[in-house]
Amino acid sequence: MLDMPPLSNAGGAIEHRLDYADGSSRRVFVTHVETPYPQGRLIVSRTDTRGIITQCNQSFVDMSGYERSELIGQPHCLLRHPDMPAAAFRDLWETVQAGRQWHGYVKNLRKDGGHYWVFATVVPNVRDERIVGYTSVRREPSREKVAQAEATYREWIRS
Amino acid sequence: MSFNFTVSPSFPAERISDWYIFNTWLQRSLSIPIHLELHDGFDAQRAAIAAGQVDLIHANPFDASLLVREKGFRAIAQPDGAPDEMVVVTALGHPAQAIGDLQPGTRIACANDPCVNTIGRILLEPANLNADNTVEQQRGTYIQVAKDVLRGQVDVGFMPVGAYRGLSSIVRRELKVLVTSDIQVIHHVFLIGRDLHSRADDFVRILLSMHETEKGQDLLSALGATRWQPIQQEDVEFMIDIISTLTQ
Repeated sequence: MLDMPPLSNAGGAIEHRLDYADGSSRRVFVTHVETPYPQGRLIVSRTDTRGIITQCNQSFVDMSGYERSELIGQPHCLLRHPDMPAAAFRDLWETVQAGRQWHGYVKNLRKDGGHYWVFATVVPNVRDERIVGYTSVRREPSREKVAQAEATYREWIRS
Repeated sequence: MSFNFTVSPSFPAERISDWYIFNTWLQRSLSIPIHLELHDGFDAQRAAIAAGQVDLIHANPFDASLLVREKGFRAIAQPDGAPDEMVVVTALGHPAQAIGDLQPGTRIACANDPCVNTIGRILLEPANLNADNTVEQQRGTYIQVAKDVLRGQVDVGFMPVGAYRGLSSIVRRELKVLVTSDIQVIHHVFLIGRDLHSRADDFVRILLSMHETEKGQDLLSALGATRWQPIQQEDVEFMIDIISTLTQ
């Protein structure tokens, strides 16, 4: 996965290095700008069993800040925000690979370094008793739940 | 032997006669006897499905989930046009201007439509509203839902976009839409049961060419579409995966 290029017009962007479970890493630049969740929408995407994006709806494209062509074929962790603890994604993968549904609050990183919060549900796509991929649907979370998740994730990262 | 056809009971009442005409057209086109049974509500329809009394159905996405995954139904086609969306409405004079203004104790009027009600519940989540801190009142029709909202007997009403647009302009002027869903990816779908799988190609052929005749166009228009579109089984499986994330 490519490093994020330095942001040209976002003063105060902070550089982070994200380390992934497969040993790879990525440099990202993060701002404090939050994009509000668009009312009434669901953000939908689908990946193969390795987490590579194979399909997404327009809401996914709009909120990510990327072009659709920049998303398809990329690992889903392209959207990982450094404020999200690795343990949350470990739990996600362990749950869905075991054939169960996972849900939780997620802070996603946009291409412009900003972020958006979602309540995400991920299900394995089971065909002929075999997992062939994963579908993720995100919806708008309440601000109260976001505040709780922020506090929890800060604690996880600190410990 | 006659095959039983039904339609998920979320369509506007003024389309009942059009579905009977569609059924006659279907029988003539396929040269098989088909009996159309329109159920009063979702409970009656689910009971008919459970009793094996449905062979073909124009199903909403939630019914499609049950029928494909548990009953072996096969997807044939889907109508074109806008996907299935819904609105949360309140009375024009209600103090709430957005979903975030709604408070615990909010009273909701809705019909017995699990598809619309599930999406409606999701649209209330940003205000931290759920089944435990709201009061739900089920009504027989969407006109009754609108009346309850206008009379102030409830704070909000759930209804499909089609039912909202079908209200008279006088009623709509007195309502305020707090939010319209924009899900984009869930649709009604035409399904056939196991006893008709051997005729699947015939169903696909006649439905996909229905718009090619003037009569077919008129009928499609009456049903709110311009043509049937092909659908792959995997498209339906994907939609079912999406539905499964909404119902947990």
